Amino acid sequence: MQSRMRTAALALGLAAMALAGAWTTQAQDLKSFEQKTTTKVLPNGLTLIICERPEAPVFSYSTFVDAGDVNDPSGESGLAHMFEHLAFKGTSEIGTKDYAAEKIALAKVEAANDAYEAEYLKAVGRDEQKLAELKKAFKEAEVEAHKFVIPNQFTDVAERNGAEGLNAETGLDETMFFWSMPENRLELWAYLESSRLADTVPREFYKERDVVIEERRMRTDSNPEGRLFEQFVATAYVAHNYGRSSIGWPSEVSQINATEAMEFHEKYYVGANIVVAVVGDVKASEAMPVLEKYFSRVPAGPKPEEMTTVEPRQFAEKTAVIRDPSQPLYVEGYHRPDYRDPDNAVYDAISDILSNGRVSRLYRSLVRDQQIAAGAEGVSPYPGGKYPGLFFFIAAPLPGHTPQEMRNAIHAEIDKLKTADVSGEELAMFKTRTHADLLRGLADNQGLANSLAEYQTRYGDWRELFLQLDKVDKVTKADIRRVANQVFVPGNRTEAWIETEAPAAAAQKDAGAQ
Amino acid sequence: MNSSSMKKLYAISSAFVLCALLAAPIALNAQQNKPWEKIPIPKLHDFKPQQPKRIVLKNGIVLFLQEDHELPFVSGSVTIPGGSRDEDPAKAGLVGLYSQAWRTSGTAKLDGDALDDLLEAKAAHIETEGDEDSTALAWDSLKGDADQVFSLALDLLLHPRFNVEKLQLAQQQEATGIVRRNDDESRIAERESDKLVYGANSPYTRQPELATVGAVTLDDLKAWHDRTIGGKLIVGIAGDFDPVAMEAKLRAAFEGLPAVKPEPPRHDVFAGPQPGISFIDKEDVNQSDVEIVGLGTDRRNPDVPALAVMNEILGGGFASRLFQKVRTELGLAYEVGGGIGFDYDHPATFRVGVLTKSASTVDATRAALAEIAGLTARPFTEEELARAKDDILNSFLFRYDTRDKVLAERERLEFYGYPADYLETYRAALEKVTLADLGAAAKKYIHPGKLAVLVVGNGPEIKPGLDELKLGPVHAIDITIPQPGKQSGKQSGQPGPAENTQ
Repeated sequence: MQSRMRTAALALGLAAMALAGAWTTQAQDLKSFEQKTTTKVLPNGLTLIICERPEAPVFSYSTFVDAGDVNDPSGESGLAHMFEHLAFKGTSEIGTKDYAAEKIALAKVEAANDAYEAEYLKAVGRDEQKLAELKKAFKEAEVEAHKFVIPNQFTDVAERNGAEGLNAETGLDETMFFWSMPENRLELWAYLESSRLADTVPREFYKERDVVIEERRMRTDSNPEGRLFEQFVATAYVAHNYGRSSIGWPSEVSQINATEAMEFHEKYYVGANIVVAVVGDVKASEAMPVLEKYFSRVPAGPKPEEMTTVEPRQFAEKTAVIRDPSQPLYVEGYHRPDYRDPDNAVYDAISDILSNGRVSRLYRSLVRDQQIAAGAEGVSPYPGGKYPGLFFFIAAPLPGHTPQEMRNAIHAEIDKLKTADVSGEELAMFKTRTHADLLRGLADNQGLANSLAEYQTRYGDWRELFLQLDKVDKVTKADIRRVANQVFVPGNRTEAWIETEAPAAAAQKDAGAQ
Repeated sequence: MNSSSMKKLYAISSAFVLCALLAAPIALNAQQNKPWEKIPIPKLHDFKPQQPKRIVLKNGIVLFLQEDHELPFVSGSVTIPGGSRDEDPAKAGLVGLYSQAWRTSGTAKLDGDALDDLLEAKAAHIETEGDEDSTALAWDSLKGDADQVFSLALDLLLHPRFNVEKLQLAQQQEATGIVRRNDDESRIAERESDKLVYGANSPYTRQPELATVGAVTLDDLKAWHDRTIGGKLIVGIAGDFDPVAMEAKLRAAFEGLPAVKPEPPRHDVFAGPQPGISFIDKEDVNQSDVEIVGLGTDRRNPDVPALAVMNEILGGGFASRLFQKVRTELGLAYEVGGGIGFDYDHPATFRVGVLTKSASTVDATRAALAEIAGLTARPFTEEELARAKDDILNSFLFRYDTRDKVLAERERLEFYGYPADYLETYRAALEKVTLADLGAAAKKYIHPGKLAVLVVGNGPEIKPGLDELKLGPVHAIDITIPQPGKQSGKQSGQPGPAENTQ
């Protein structure tokens, strides 16, 4: 239901790190986790992970689908997110009074929408009267189909059975569904979750599309930061889908249809593309057969082919300026490799040293000493990490200071990284905090379920959650200097900012759909 | 603050307490085949949430010790009565400044920057915070560093430094927040609708201005600290520690402090809003934020369980009346919801909010108002009652499913003077709510004629206009940010201070 707009490091970058010296988290925790964690790949390709943590009679789950808005077909931006909303609308058993009849009614809705769209999109000779009639016919078909609907029954069953924190998120790289429940509802949950993955019905699709467009207005059109971020990534990318609006361009998201959504489902919601992790008061020996029974219903299918597009090397420095009545804000970004790059942990180190807390370089320089910014950070990857993303800087000037001052101050900090080694203390701090953060995260069922599912998807093995600490521990001062010199170069840079302009002068406004 | 605890479970059969978790949902539709209802729901595993040990020192300070050996960390906090509602109105923002500068200035022995370096090298934290009714000092670290971090935290509590540079830094941060406060539509809507309910000068809504923040001095921070530190402190420790040694350490640290001074009683007046409709024009949005507000109640009110069930029916979840109507059926909103609020020691607000595209502002407002009026006009059904109770009671467990939550709930109850078994009593009362209770509560608390409507949105795009709602003349609210030494401007809705727009 949320579309995730990440400004901070993605969960993959979930920092981990080792207290210098007698710190043995990694080996110790991996060992204890291996004893508590059971993994099974079903014949349909779906991976199940169960992690036993019987602290209280509850469990949390995370369904991680390796498809997000980066996979939206051309002309259909926002489709993955739209499908995520559909996954709350029930199945052929849940949410319907008579599915056989409803199915026929839904086909009529789709046909009516196709007829309307065909007329609407005519470049020449569109007949406005016919269009109005087609619209009316579509509305009537919708009303007819609605007669079979038991609204929100899927979520109703979940909530009445104690579902807590019920939600979903669509990112560019993935779609996640999650909630927590009392442990005695495990089988009921397995039924509900496997049903919506395997047996989605495009019910109330067009009303939900209006809801999603309303979500776009809230997150992007009516939000100064949303407007800035959307323009920023659109400027930074020329070829890869990371440059596209993830919630969808207004004209595209307003014309997605149910057929397209179901095609997306058929292609991406197959066993090989889904990991389900359960953490809590669950015994793997008893629960695995139950989960297996239900999740075997998910269709088998090949792992969808990877996209061929690779963002070409940027060699032209780019700038985007929004003249807007809101207060100034500055961002810039540099293209970096994807999460599998051997230097992935080096980027995490740079981010930590620049941005983590009051000891960070950007805080001390821009906020404490120069007193020109209210806050400043440099994090990565943004807007996604599965494919090459950006190392992303953001700074909010104090009253009376300008975006240009933010840029100059950030560049000065970048130059320091390129010309001098970071201190031993800074590097040790990064490693220590990464280890401690990983450890702290282990006490949270939901966070742990999310991480296990994500690491299983991205590395083919959840153990990488712990093993990555090894890469963190190996980061050197020379690595940081080398990567900074490689990536933070003007030709690889995109800058964007809000230039505050009085309302009367900001004549042109960008409105959303409709 | 809202979480929970279950005390004295040993005295009650756990089957009694957990019985609602076993209740099967009630059928909605007789002819529908419902395979999920055939899925067995076994008895929930026995569970006795571990209560923290409570110790009252002779001086009145209260200690809570909550052991948890899952991970090698120790965390703690000291909660101090007195918050922004107690500030001098001419220095509004003082608590915000205090809560930053207290920590960033550091202790008499170690300045704030050195403290940052020392703690971060250990992945440890000590932070201070300010709230409406309290301030707090909180810390956490790995077990091995716990003694050192505790003694640093204690130093910060008893021997703070308060440095003028750090006050100025905090003032700059606050000023940035003030000049940016009109950038985000939802922030404007929430702030201004609260003012409609409580009044613009109420201790609960008055806002820091550039002038009031600028008026705060270092002496003000010191005086605030010296005064509040003598109140009834609540100290909570959680994590991987030895309880005997920890108790001795806490006694040594806190037993020598003077007897606590009780907070003076409050005499706030809560009149509720003037009915009618207000508007704030914001030209850079294409969506209206509609807030329908009135006065809520407080948790001591015995009607709260019935009101909580009513809230669930009105705006609680996917099945609520507002969600079903405005989002699912009409497709007019992504965000819609609300209900009557209850705070621990003063009336909260009644609030229903909808975000909708400019052109459907009137339709969405009407739909939301109709659902509010429907609380008294459309009788509640057995099905609604059963669903709302299932929703609340079957997830009640999540108020105490971690030891941290149990501790936080006990600290909260202690702070506001509620009995330690409040959650159990509350849960039992929720189970007993009847249709008659709901009807009576709606009649007593839902008065559509006493509600105020606030719309923040793009004036020219809102067609039909707000006058179509027939709620009386549309009152325009000026949210221009006052500049020190200048008259506030007349045009509404835009900050535009010249010195910030280079």
